Amino acid sequence: MAFLARRVAFYIVAAWVALTVNFFLPRAMPGNAIQAIMSKFPGLQPSTYKALQAMLGVGHPGSLWHQYVSYLGDVARFNFGTDVSQYPAKVSTLIGQTVPWTLTLVGTATIIAFVLGTALGIMAGWRHGGSFDRALPGLMFLQAIPYFFLALILLDLLALQVHVFPIGSGYGQGDVPGWNSAFIGSAIYHALLPAFTIVITSVAGWMLQMRNVMITTIGEDYVLAGQAKGLKDRRVILTYAARNALLPQLQGFGLALGFVVSGAIVMEIVFSYPGIGLLLVNAVTSNDYPLMQAIFLVITFAVLLANLIVDIVIVFVDPRARTREAT
Amino acid sequence: MAVVLPVTTVDAGALVEGRQRLGRWSRLPTKAKAGAILLGIFVLAAIIGPFVTPYDPSYQNPSLSLSLHGPYAAHLLGTTSSGQDVLSQLLVGIRLTMELAILVGAIATVLSVVVGVAAATFGGLWDEFLSLVSNVFLVIPALPLLVVLLGMLPQKGQAPTIIVLSILGWPWGAKVIRAQTLAIRNRDFVAAARETGESTWRILAFEIIPNQVSLIAANFVNTVLYAIATSVALAFIGLADLSSWSLGTMLYWAQSQQALTLGAWWWFAPPGLAVALIGTGLVLLNTGIDELVNPRLRDAANASRIAGRRLQPTDPTPVLADLSLQRTRVSAFLHSFSRSSLADGGGGNGAISRRSTTSRSSNGGQP
Repeated sequence: MAFLARRVAFYIVAAWVALTVNFFLPRAMPGNAIQAIMSKFPGLQPSTYKALQAMLGVGHPGSLWHQYVSYLGDVARFNFGTDVSQYPAKVSTLIGQTVPWTLTLVGTATIIAFVLGTALGIMAGWRHGGSFDRALPGLMFLQAIPYFFLALILLDLLALQVHVFPIGSGYGQGDVPGWNSAFIGSAIYHALLPAFTIVITSVAGWMLQMRNVMITTIGEDYVLAGQAKGLKDRRVILTYAARNALLPQLQGFGLALGFVVSGAIVMEIVFSYPGIGLLLVNAVTSNDYPLMQAIFLVITFAVLLANLIVDIVIVFVDPRARTREAT
Repeated sequence: MAVVLPVTTVDAGALVEGRQRLGRWSRLPTKAKAGAILLGIFVLAAIIGPFVTPYDPSYQNPSLSLSLHGPYAAHLLGTTSSGQDVLSQLLVGIRLTMELAILVGAIATVLSVVVGVAAATFGGLWDEFLSLVSNVFLVIPALPLLVVLLGMLPQKGQAPTIIVLSILGWPWGAKVIRAQTLAIRNRDFVAAARETGESTWRILAFEIIPNQVSLIAANFVNTVLYAIATSVALAFIGLADLSSWSLGTMLYWAQSQQALTLGAWWWFAPPGLAVALIGTGLVLLNTGIDELVNPRLRDAANASRIAGRRLQPTDPTPVLADLSLQRTRVSAFLHSFSRSSLADGGGGNGAISRRSTTSRSSNGGQP
C-alpha cells in the first residue's frame, strides 16, 4: 500500500503541474480567445471586447491567486466554461459527448495491441535468430509509419477502392444513437478499421520491446536452471522468462500510453471519428482556446489514471512491491 | 514514440567496444548500415533537393488540365488540385522537415546530457528534483500539451515548433544518461582519473561523456524520430506555418483538399512514405547502435542451438551496474515516489541495469 500511496501522490503532483501549466499558458501568451474572435470579425467595436468577456466568462477578474483558486475549483467541478466556437454549448458537454467514443475505441485497440505484441514478442525473443527476426525490418517500417498515414492508406484501399469498410464517422448516417443492437452493431462496424489501424501500428513496438527484454532475460541463470531441471519449454518460457520480462514491458506500457493516445487522436481526424481527437482539431482550427485547454486536461488525467492502474497491476505482479510494503 | 523504460544502462565495457566499432563501417551491423544508407539518401535529398526542384512548389498552374493530374513525364509525381507540382513540394518539404528534426534532436540531446550528467554529478536534492521533473513530463502526454502550447502562440512557424519540441523532448534522454553516468562514475578508470587529481569538469568531459557516446547517439536518433513524428502530426492538424512546404503541411493540404476522396494517391502517398522511410531508417540505425552496445542482441546467426536454447558465443558476463546511491533523508523520501524506487529495494538492480537503448524507439516516438 505504501508504494501505491506514494505513486498516487506522484500522480497528484503531475496532475497539479498539468493544471498549473494550463492555467498560466493563456496568461503568458499574447492573444486569447476574445482577440481571436475580434480578429475574425474586424467589424466589431472595441467595446464589444468587455461584453464578450462577460458573456464567455473568460475575463480575468481579481488577483492572480484568486483566479488560480477559482480555476482549480472550476476544474474540480468539471466546469470548463462556455465554448467559444459553438457558443451556447458548455465545454464539458462537448467533451462528455466525445470521450466514450475515444475511450472505447482507443482503449480496446491499445489493450489488444499490447497483449498481442507481448505474446508475439515472447515468441520472437525465445526464437532469437529465427524467422521472426527476418521480419524485423518490416516491423520497423510499420512502427515508423505515422498512424494517420497508415489510416489514410487503409481508408483508401479498404473503403474507397474496395467497399469493405465505411469511409468514416462513428456510426451510419441513418442510425440514431441509443442502446439498441442496430446502433451498437453499426458503431462496432465503423470502429473496426480505426481499431485495426491502431493495433497494426502499435503492435510492432510492443513486440520489439518484449523481444529485446526476453532475449536479455533468457540469458539469466535461473532460466538455464529451469531448463536443466528438465522443465517443459512452455513452462520455462512462460513462468520463468516471460513473467520476469513482463515487468519492464508493463512499466513501458504506462509511459508509452501518452504516445499511443496522441497517435490515436490524430488518427481520428482521418476517419472523422466523433472522438476527442476530432474535437481537438476543430478547436485548433477555430482558435477555441477554452476547449483546447479542457481537452488537454481530460487527456492528461486519463493518461495519469491509466498509469495508476498500471502501477496497481505491477504491485500484483511484482513480489518486490509487496515485500517492500511489509518492511 | 515510445515505450519508455525507467533506467537504461549498458555494460560500460561493451560501450567502449561499441565506440570503437562505431568507427568501422565494415564491422557495423547490417541494420545500422541499411539505416545509415536510407537516411543518407534523405539527407542528400534535403541538401540538394531545393536546388533541383523542377517547379516552384507554390506555383499554381492555371491550366485546368493540370489540376490533379496523375504522374507523367512533365510532373513525375503528378499535381495537386491547384496545379502545383508534388515532386517540387516533396523535395522542399524533406529539407524543412529534416532541418527541424535534426535541430530539435541536437538541442534536446544537449539538454538531456546537461541535465542527466548534472543530476548524477551533483546528486542529492538536485538529482531528486531533476528526476521528479523528468518523470512528471514523461507521464504528461506530449501531443495535447504541444497543441495547447502551439495553438496559443500567435505565430506558428518553424522556430516556435523547434523550441517547443526541444523543451518537451529531453526528459527521457536525461533519465537514461543520468543512469549511465551513475554507472560509469563508479568504475575504476574514473577513480584513477580522480586519484591523479583531475578536476571534476575534466573527468566529465574526457572520461564520462566520451564513454557514453553511443548512448547519446541513440538518444539523438530517438529524439529526431520523435521530432519528425510529432512535427508531422502537428502540421497535419494545422498547427504549422501552412504557407511553407514540409512533409506535414503537404499531408495537411492533401487531407483538407480531399485528395483521398478524389483518388489522388500521388498527392498524399509521397510525403507519408517519405516520413515512414525516414522513420524506418532511424529505427534501423538505432537498433544497429543497440546491437553494437548490447552483444546479446547481435550475432544471432552465430548462436548454436543446445536443447532448443540459443547459446551465443558472445554472451557477456553480466556486469551489474552499481546504482546504489547515498541518499539524504529528504531525497530518499522524494525518490520513494518514483516507480524505479521499486527496483532498489530487493536488490533487483541487475534486471533493470542492462536494458537496451532502443526501448524508447519501440513505439518510434509516435505522437
